[in-house]
Amino acid sequence: MIKLSYREAIRQAMMEEMERDPDVVLIGEDVGCYGGCFQVTPGMIERFGPRQVIETPVSEECIVGVAVGAAMMGMKPIVEVMYGDFSTLAADPLINHAAKIRFMSAGQQSVPLVYRTPMGSGTGAAAQHTQSLEALFTNVPGLKIVYPASPTDAKGLMKSAIRDPDPVLFFEHKLYGAEELVPQEDYLIPIGKADIKRQGSDVTIITYGKTVFTALEAARVLENDEISAEVLDLRSLRPLDTEAILASVKKTGRVVVLHEAPRFGGFAGEIVSTIVEDLEAFSALKAPVVRVCGLDMPTPFNKNLEQQLPPSSKRIIESVLAMFRG
Amino acid sequence: MAFEFSRTQGREILSLMLRSRFLEEKVEALFASHAMHGTTHLAVGQEAVHAGVSPALDPDDWIVTTHRCHGHTLAKGASEEAMLAEFYGLSQGLAQGLGGSMHMIDLEHHNAGSSAVVGSGVPIATGMALQLKRKASPNLVVAFFGDGASSRGAVHEAMNMASVMNLPVLFLCEHNLYGMSTCARDMVSVESIASRGPGYGIESLMVDGNDVEIVYSAVQEAARYIREQKRPYLLEVRTYRFSGHSKNDKRTYRTRKEEQEWLSRDPIEALKKKLISRGHLIEEEYNLMEDSIRSRIDEIADRLGDQHEELDLAQAAAYVYSPEVAE
Repeated sequence: MIKLSYREAIRQAMMEEMERDPDVVLIGEDVGCYGGCFQVTPGMIERFGPRQVIETPVSEECIVGVAVGAAMMGMKPIVEVMYGDFSTLAADPLINHAAKIRFMSAGQQSVPLVYRTPMGSGTGAAAQHTQSLEALFTNVPGLKIVYPASPTDAKGLMKSAIRDPDPVLFFEHKLYGAEELVPQEDYLIPIGKADIKRQGSDVTIITYGKTVFTALEAARVLENDEISAEVLDLRSLRPLDTEAILASVKKTGRVVVLHEAPRFGGFAGEIVSTIVEDLEAFSALKAPVVRVCGLDMPTPFNKNLEQQLPPSSKRIIESVLAMFRG
Repeated sequence: MAFEFSRTQGREILSLMLRSRFLEEKVEALFASHAMHGTTHLAVGQEAVHAGVSPALDPDDWIVTTHRCHGHTLAKGASEEAMLAEFYGLSQGLAQGLGGSMHMIDLEHHNAGSSAVVGSGVPIATGMALQLKRKASPNLVVAFFGDGASSRGAVHEAMNMASVMNLPVLFLCEHNLYGMSTCARDMVSVESIASRGPGYGIESLMVDGNDVEIVYSAVQEAARYIREQKRPYLLEVRTYRFSGHSKNDKRTYRTRKEEQEWLSRDPIEALKKKLISRGHLIEEEYNLMEDSIRSRIDEIADRLGDQHEELDLAQAAAYVYSPEVAE
C-alpha cells in the first residue's frame, strides 16, 4: 500500500495504462507543462512526450469530437475538460456521437474514450465553474458514468474506464488532495459496482462523489444517537448497481439519498424510483425515502452563501433523526 | 492542359454518376409511395461531387459523410443492395437497419459513416486523421460538409486544430447554395468558403462542382498536397441540389427559373456530351447504360421490398454497449 492523494491516484492510473498501451493518449487544454487546471497531469508530458500527451486549443466541442474520431480508429483517448460546467460544450460529441456510434453502426464501431472532468462547488468559483451536471448525461443510453470518491476507487475505476470499449464519463470531485492508502499492484474496480463505505443497520445513506465524505461524517455523529448508518457509495451511476441498493434498503428499511446536484430532476429521483418500484424493498421501508441534495439555485460567489448550497452533514442528521421521531 | 479522363475511366465515372442519380430517384419514389419510412435527403444534381471525390482517392483513404450521404457512400464502394436494404430498415443493410438513410456506414471501403448533425462529422474526421498521423499512415480523411454546416463553430474549431496539429484532413465543402431553405448568400459572411482557408493557415481552392473532371483533378491535387506537405486542405466545390432538402420540401425558397438554369448544367449531361465529343461513347451505348442501371436498381428495390428480415428489439438492444468488459 502507498499513500496517494485523489489527483495522484488518477494520474498514476493514467500513467500505468499509458505505459501498458501506447494508444492510451491524454488530450486536453493545458495538460502539458502546466499540469492541467487542477494539477492532475504534472510530469506526464515529460514522461510520455507529445505523442501521448496532446495539448489542444480552447475548443471543447472539437476536442471531444476529435477524441471520438480518434477512438474509432483505435486510439484510447482520455480527454480532460477543465470544469464539468464545460460539458455543455462537449454535449454534442458525447450525446449525439460517442453514445450512438456503436448502436448506429450495429456494433461495427467502438468509441473507447474516457471523458474526465471535475464537478462541484466549494472553490469560490461562482456559478459557471461549480455545477454538478451528471444528471444531464445519466439519461443517455450508450454512455457509462462513474464518479469515484476515494483515491483507491479513482485509480481502479480510471483503469477500468480506459480499458472499457465504450465511452466512459469519469466525473471527479475537487477534494484532489484527499489522501488514502492505495494498493500498489495493478487492480481494477469494476464499472457498475457500488461499495459499502460503512456498514450499518438502521438507515442507508446512498450517495456518490464528494458527498460520500459528508455521509461518513454524518454517520459518525449519528452513532452518538445510537443510530447505525450504512453509507453506500454508488461509484457508478450508469450502469447502476441496483442489487446493492435494494439489498441495503431491505436491511435497514430507511433511506437518505444524497447528492450535491440540485434536487429537482436530479439523479436521486432515479435511485428513489429504483427502490419504490421493487416490492420487497418498498415493503421493507419503515419511513418515507428522503432526498438531501444541493439547493435549487446557481452557486453564489459569496462564501457564506456558497457554503449553504451543498448538503451538509447537519442536514443529513436532521433528516435521519426526523425518520426516527416518526 | 485541363485534365481529361481516359476512355475507360470516363465511362466508369459516368456509370457511377448514373447509379447515384437513379438510386436516389428510386429512393424518392419509394418514399413518396410510403414503401420506406422516415425521411431522406437527396443530392440529385450533385453527382459530379460524388463521383469526383472518392474515386480520386486512395482506396484506403477514409471519408466521413453527412445526412446527405447516399452518393458518397455509393462512390466509396458500397453496393446498391446493401444501401437499399438499409433504406428499408432490413437486417442485411449497411447498419442492419439501425442507421437508415442518414447513417450509411461501410467500413470495408473505409467509409467511417456519417453524422446527421450538420458539421459534427468534421471534428470526428479530424480525430481520425490525428490517429492516422500518430500511426504514420500515408492516408488521409475527407470531411464532407455543406455551406450550411460551414457556419458551425465545431467546423471552425476543427480547421484551426487540424492546422496547428498538421493533420491529413481534406475539408470538402460541398456548397450547393442552400442550407435547407436558406441561401448561402444570406447566411455565409464570405463569397467563397474556400476564402476562409488562409484564416486558418490552410491551403484552399474553390472549383466548379458540376464538372466531374475538375472535381476529380482538384481532389487528386489536394490529396497529393496533403500527403506531401502533411497539412490539411480546404476544397470548396460549387454545385446545386436539384432535389429539395428532404422528403416534403416544396422548394418555395428558390425560383423555378434558377432551377432551370442549373438543370441546364446537369453534371451527368455535361460528362456525357464530353465523352461523346471525344469519341469515347456513342448515344446508343449511353442509352443501354441508363437502361441496365435503372433495371438493376428496380430489380433490387423490388426484391428487397418484399423482404422482412429485421432485427428484433433484443438484438438492437445488444448494440447499445459492448458485451466486453475490462478485466
